[in-house]
Amino acid sequence: MENWSLVSICVLFGLTARWAVSLNSYSGAGKPPMFGDYEAQRHWQEVTYNLPVHEWYFNTTDNNLNYWGLDYPPLTAYHSLLCAHVAKLINPDWVELHASRGHESYGHKLFMRATVLVADLLIYIPAVVLYSFYLSEGSNKKKVCTVLCILLYPGLILIDYGHFQYNSISLGLALWGVVVLGLGWDVLGSLAFVLSLNYKQMELYHSLPFFCYLLGKCFKQGLAGRGLFLLVKIAVTVLVTFALCWLPFLSDPGQILQVVHRLFPVGRGLFEDKVANTWCSLNVLIKIKTILSTDTQLYISLTTTLLAILPSSIKLLMKPTLWQFKLALVNSSLAFFLFSFQVHEKSILLPALPVCLLLNDLPLPAIWFLQASTFSMLPLFLKDGLLVPYVVTSLAFLFFSIYLLSALEHCSEDKLRLGPYRQLYRIGWALFYFSITAMAGLSFMSVALAPPAQLPDLFPLLVSVFSYLHFLGLLLYFNIVQIAEPPQSVRKNQKKSN
Amino acid sequence: NYKLTINKWYIVLCCGVVLLTMTVFSGYFSHSTDFEVHRNWLAITHSLPVSKWYHENTSEWTLDYPPLFAWFEYSLSHVAQHFDKEMLVVQNLLYTSPATILFQRLSVIVTDIVFIYAVKECCRSVREEKGSKDLLGHPFFILAALLLWNFGLLIVDHIHFQYNGFLFGILLLSVARHLQGRHLEGALLFTVLLNLKHIYLYIAPAYGIFLLRSYCFTEDNTDGSVRWSSFSPVRLVALGSIVISVGALSFGPFIAMGQLPQVLSRLFPFKRGLCHAYWAPNVWALYNMVDKALSVLGVRLKLLDVAKLPKASMTGGLVQEFQHSILPSVSPSITLICTLLSIMVMLSIWCRPRGARGFLRCLVVCALGSFMFGWHVHEKAILMAILPFSILAVESREDAGIFLMLTTTGHYSLFPLLFTAAELPIKVLLMLLFTLYSFTSLKKLFRGSLLNPLETTYLLGLVAVEILCEVVYPLSPWQHTMPFVPLLVTSVYCSLGVCYSFIRLYVSLLRQHGTDKHKQL
Repeated sequence: MENWSLVSICVLFGLTARWAVSLNSYSGAGKPPMFGDYEAQRHWQEVTYNLPVHEWYFNTTDNNLNYWGLDYPPLTAYHSLLCAHVAKLINPDWVELHASRGHESYGHKLFMRATVLVADLLIYIPAVVLYSFYLSEGSNKKKVCTVLCILLYPGLILIDYGHFQYNSISLGLALWGVVVLGLGWDVLGSLAFVLSLNYKQMELYHSLPFFCYLLGKCFKQGLAGRGLFLLVKIAVTVLVTFALCWLPFLSDPGQILQVVHRLFPVGRGLFEDKVANTWCSLNVLIKIKTILSTDTQLYISLTTTLLAILPSSIKLLMKPTLWQFKLALVNSSLAFFLFSFQVHEKSILLPALPVCLLLNDLPLPAIWFLQASTFSMLPLFLKDGLLVPYVVTSLAFLFFSIYLLSALEHCSEDKLRLGPYRQLYRIGWALFYFSITAMAGLSFMSVALAPPAQLPDLFPLLVSVFSYLHFLGLLLYFNIVQIAEPPQSVRKNQKKSN
Repeated sequence: NYKLTINKWYIVLCCGVVLLTMTVFSGYFSHSTDFEVHRNWLAITHSLPVSKWYHENTSEWTLDYPPLFAWFEYSLSHVAQHFDKEMLVVQNLLYTSPATILFQRLSVIVTDIVFIYAVKECCRSVREEKGSKDLLGHPFFILAALLLWNFGLLIVDHIHFQYNGFLFGILLLSVARHLQGRHLEGALLFTVLLNLKHIYLYIAPAYGIFLLRSYCFTEDNTDGSVRWSSFSPVRLVALGSIVISVGALSFGPFIAMGQLPQVLSRLFPFKRGLCHAYWAPNVWALYNMVDKALSVLGVRLKLLDVAKLPKASMTGGLVQEFQHSILPSVSPSITLICTLLSIMVMLSIWCRPRGARGFLRCLVVCALGSFMFGWHVHEKAILMAILPFSILAVESREDAGIFLMLTTTGHYSLFPLLFTAAELPIKVLLMLLFTLYSFTSLKKLFRGSLLNPLETTYLLGLVAVEILCEVVYPLSPWQHTMPFVPLLVTSVYCSLGVCYSFIRLYVSLLRQHGTDKHKQL
């Protein structure tokens, strides 16, 4: 069958799965007074529509920052404004200043879900299709399978269409950046990434690889001539884009400071809730949150993050190829997730996106990581009442990806790119099955059993520690793959044999 | 090795369907009337003794399926009591709880195993062409996808809620057995099916004539006509005993209790009107439309007096009797005669039997004929024609063309079943998915375009109708004064397509009969 029809079928299937999940509950449904992320997004529409720009990030009588104050960069605010205009056309009650607080209705839920779907359809899905067709290797069938598997990644579907967020916009723009850079248009790629950064500040996790890649490219082209010109072009693009996005706030330095203050709340601690990163897991053994002062915590977190991302970034700087770039994206964002300050469990989506891009090249580790990332968010899903979608989408993803990418059958030592470590792949296979079974078991226990009285957080803790071990192991693995890359000629031979 | 790949893909397809249905149902706690119907039947069969089953009428949704289905509900109710005991109390009208809905949805998914198995058997019987094909172009795969992912079945079973997967599974299994030459099993399965849902009486003539002609007469003359001497009484007795024993199993207890007339009156309630509240896209929809158009025209041209016209409300409300204003009214007997006339063509398999495939074609014509001319036909009945027809569609180019036409219009006519805003994206997406797949896969299989430009334009018109009915009309001022117009437009537009497909199918059957005669000469 022709490509376009197969791709359309995959996209339609992905869209159906997304809408089906969106018929479920959302974050904070029916839970006054604070509700959840859904109410936050609705509130931002209300604020941006009714208040003038210079009041959006400030604490005023009309805008109480304690009730879901804006804490994303300006592009999110503009997007909320756009949605608010549409909402006003359909039903003005949804964005009435003050009166619409905590508004929940059938029609409103459909509207909000529709906004997510439209954004996804316009930004994320085209990027996925373009990536699979222009930047991934393999036969046409394999490319179509890649599209399907990426679109079925449960984590993004459940967070965007279940919990309710707009990650598909920021991740989609970042993906556009990767695709465009891969096609060789550096300036446009940096433009896309800056837009993504201006949508959610968490994209900073991805910023170092972008920086190193572009800088490395400039170095390669020689700093004396074309390289410098490229550097200047990119720098100008970045600055101009930033300026355009922040235009309404540039008039007053106080505005800029306040926005930055909202974006990076350094007053909060090392971590909140249960997150599958180092500090939370370490906290089980040593109560570092209480032993060390906030400043020491900040210092330690900064140092370890930098140490973790250093090897990958240096390698990328020296060798700016697409393959290195993808791996560096994974390594950098995963390192940030594991060691950084004030990380939320939803931030696992940031490493998950580049891992999706590796589905074609390293199927087994990629599927493993993606499933572990979904599993790590299980406590959040349980809180939102998304158990059945979680189970079904995870099963669907595992099923389709394992069958379609033939991960387990064609999992040869070459493909794992481990070079000398050949025996490990067999063990890896067995470990994968064991891990999936353990995840299923833990999920079941979290739902069916009640935790003992003295350890009320037992199951979320087990989930996060288990996921943490996976993430740490996979971080090491991806770093090894990136750094111990076989010489150019071996890779070319492998390409020919595919 | 190839067979292994096919099996693997089959499992992928099945699991895909199961997972999709689970995702779809999980969030969507709808409460269509069918939920209440089946809950009521679970309650009746569980709580009351057998003698009261067909007398019970606390709820308006009385038991109107044959006894075997009642026994099926009875066995389900034993599982149901572990989910929520309250649903089994007859007095709990309109009772609903998450556990109830979970159980009912799960029961549909589990009974779909019958359907999955039946599809597998059908795919085995599909004729393969020589030559290597890649997997996606193999008829086995295409048929499996067309059946398992059938839009109509997904919508009606898993969103709207019925047990059609289970019932159609038995039907397709029976067809598969006939295709494989295991006629006794096929007959047994069909009798069981008849005793589960009597709507399949529509296709009983096809079975009857085929079995009598091809099974009871073991040999044909060289020219294909009946060899009366080869009649085998043993086979006839075998068939007869199967029918009687299954019938006895299901109806026996009621006959013993002398309740047969009551059961029959419940099974065949003729008090309902010619058309459902939403007209099924058949001949009577066109008839009604012409009648209404003529009456409006007549009033405008002052040929008729408005006061003298019957206060008809054909489309507003539930099931009511109504009179036609200008054209003669239609009674049940007229519909019966029309139906019989339309399926008269199946006598061709008596004269020139063409084996199991000819039987299948007649079955489809029977189903479609009774859809076209039947009394109080529900639009869901179009599935009875579409599903068996899929088997023929992957084997012949002409059939594929008719199939595409019939299936697209038939599926579109199911749209009004789901009318809430939440269901709109689902039904549009699933419809696009199925239509896109069926068109591209059949086109690839038969290497070339299957529809002429007129048909393509008609099908594209469906998009316009959809936009008109779902988007434009609700925003227009007539929505409140004439709310039935979208249903009317959908029904009439689709009946054009369905009638056209029926005529083409009929013509193809006659042409086959003609070529046989030609070959003879």
